[in-house]
Amino acid sequence: MDNKFTRINMKEQDPAARARNFDEVPYGYTDGEAVSEASRCLKCKKPLCVNGCPVNVQIPEFIGLIADGDFAAAAKKIKETNALPAICGRVCPQEEQCEKLCILGKKGDPVAIGNLERFAADWERENVSININDGVNTEKSAPAAKKAAIIGSGPAGLTCAGELVKNGFDVTIFEALHEAGGVLVYGIPEFRLPKQIVKQEIKYLESLGVKIVKNFVVGRTATIDDLFNEEKFDAVFVASGAGLPSFMKIAGENSVGVYSANEYLTRSNLMKAYIQNPSTPIMKGRRVITVGGGNVAMDSARTALRLGAEKSMIVYRRSEAEMPARKAEVHHAQEEGIEFHLLCNPVEIIAGGNGAVTGVKCVRMELGEADASGRRSPVVIEGSEFTLDCDVVVIAIGNSPNPLIPETTPDLKISEKRGTIVADESDGRTSKKFVYAGGDIVTGAATVILAMGAGKAAAKSIMQDLAG
Amino acid sequence: MVEILSKQKLSGTVWRMRLHAPRIARKRKAGQFVILRPDGDSERIPLTIAAVDAAAGWIEIIFQVMGGTTAQLSGLSVGGSVHDLAGPLGKPTRVEKFGKVLCVGGGVGIAPLYPIISALSEAGNDVTSIIGARSKELIMLESDIAAASARLLIATDNGTHGTKGFVTDIFKTLFAAGERFDLAFVIGPVMMMKAACALTAAAGIKTYASLNPIMIDGTGMCGCCRVTVGGQTKFACVDGPEFEASEIDWDEIITRLGSYKDFEARARENCQECRLA
Repeated sequence: MDNKFTRINMKEQDPAARARNFDEVPYGYTDGEAVSEASRCLKCKKPLCVNGCPVNVQIPEFIGLIADGDFAAAAKKIKETNALPAICGRVCPQEEQCEKLCILGKKGDPVAIGNLERFAADWERENVSININDGVNTEKSAPAAKKAAIIGSGPAGLTCAGELVKNGFDVTIFEALHEAGGVLVYGIPEFRLPKQIVKQEIKYLESLGVKIVKNFVVGRTATIDDLFNEEKFDAVFVASGAGLPSFMKIAGENSVGVYSANEYLTRSNLMKAYIQNPSTPIMKGRRVITVGGGNVAMDSARTALRLGAEKSMIVYRRSEAEMPARKAEVHHAQEEGIEFHLLCNPVEIIAGGNGAVTGVKCVRMELGEADASGRRSPVVIEGSEFTLDCDVVVIAIGNSPNPLIPETTPDLKISEKRGTIVADESDGRTSKKFVYAGGDIVTGAATVILAMGAGKAAAKSIMQDLAG
Repeated sequence: MVEILSKQKLSGTVWRMRLHAPRIARKRKAGQFVILRPDGDSERIPLTIAAVDAAAGWIEIIFQVMGGTTAQLSGLSVGGSVHDLAGPLGKPTRVEKFGKVLCVGGGVGIAPLYPIISALSEAGNDVTSIIGARSKELIMLESDIAAASARLLIATDNGTHGTKGFVTDIFKTLFAAGERFDLAFVIGPVMMMKAACALTAAAGIKTYASLNPIMIDGTGMCGCCRVTVGGQTKFACVDGPEFEASEIDWDEIITRLGSYKDFEARARENCQECRLA
């Protein structure tokens, strides 16, 4: 507090305790902590932080309002540009975006912009009843309003819906699952993003007039052309997400007890297998190995601990420096006692006579030359084979795009190499008129905030293209 | 919420349920399935669509009480509703004029076979249907299938209806008599499918089997339903559920289907409706 260059960290649950429960890890700021942290902001004339934000949150303004103690106004300021602040405050990689550009970072800790965003959003949720007409141009929401269909209710879809409904569009989101939120509800665990918060943010959008149709699989229940021809939509935004989980294509991968991270996390999060007596089962595992080094791998390994594993291990083929996961997540995982087997690569999954997994055979790796991604690529060390015993394996090495929409939309251009929908990343326009796409279905697996940025850009294009 | 329009017990643990689902009724093709949840806390389970009426806007499912969720479903009443219903899912059956086609259904697999038989007959095929079950009361849709097929043959394990023995015994006889088929479709319990497909393969008949692995989302997202076909991992929900039988790794499917056996047995014991059924 006394030092301008030192950040006020959020207090967190003790690692040993939290590794055995599903409650959120950081407690959030107190009012006093938030005001002190906000007061560190230098209020730069030309704030660089805003340039680092994919949705251009007016950062110095909202932080200034927190410093003045006007928390409600701060929340409102954020919501002008970001419909999901309580989510972004928790899961955005601020250290790579806004906070990376903060001038204070040159001499000390950058302002904790993410923590402050979370604080303002939480404060509003807990203290203010939302005025549903806030910022909505109700005059335009007439019967003649243009109709927009949004496919998928994850971060890209929700953001696009929010932008369009505020501008007088008649917006319907089609969600394939039985609950709205996409990766926010099936993927990201409760301890990192409480589901109640996602529900509230979605409820806010519904209060603005967004309709959400669940259990509707576009590509099967209706095609994109059906949405235009039968349902008379004027524009369609495809935000269907990353899709099919990738596997390593090694022996034993379909043994009993081997999960994709999508399945493991879906069982635990969406299907609530982490509660007592769930209707959907999950193999809890005594010794669990998660393969991968991204945020999803961290989420899986930390979920395994909370489900009661005695040992939860990460196997990753490069070193810690190359891990794509956020530093904070890796740190949290280490604090909780996750065992990291770095520079190791699985070559075979071993199963017992009953078909259930008993271990993973790995080889040790060393780092060679930098590859196309700029990361040093791992090379096998000959004769270094060893086996790690386990009873559950979670494969968290990424996803490939879901084929349902590409297969059923003949005139939509698809990347031959990656299977993603080809769309201009700056405006979301695709090869098909009045069809837009954004988020993981265009970029491959990326972050919540990038998907939100894409949702916002597509909304802008839709408004332009349908004007007049 | 999806309204339950009618419900009928076909035998001891097998039920037929008609659901108000106009969009699915309009879109569905033979071979496709739905995923449903009886209530807001239930598991998601896949069930094949047995019949539809697009004009009236309903679909029918036929299911056997196997675990907690099917028991729960069987406990719902007409006028009530199922909480969630999504579909139609999966790739439709490839229907064209193949010539002489053999359709083989076992147990609860008879229900999903019926729309395939109808579609194949409508496409001008000469369809021989063979259906089998443990006993007479488990043979369902007999008159419907008889009407849709050029010929219907029946087997029961205990001989209470048709030939005594398995469906495989019937086509052993047919093959021995020199009958030839251009194509076969097989749906039923996995052990029956494995045995039936081994015989059709030996007889040199190209065969499709409709697989029923454990699923969660049914849209390709989770990979729970993965099966090995032709040495490659395929997702039954988006790549299937029908695959060319000679390429299927049956033993892997059998093992994976048993993943939650203990859990399912406990769920069945704990379920009140199950005792009523």
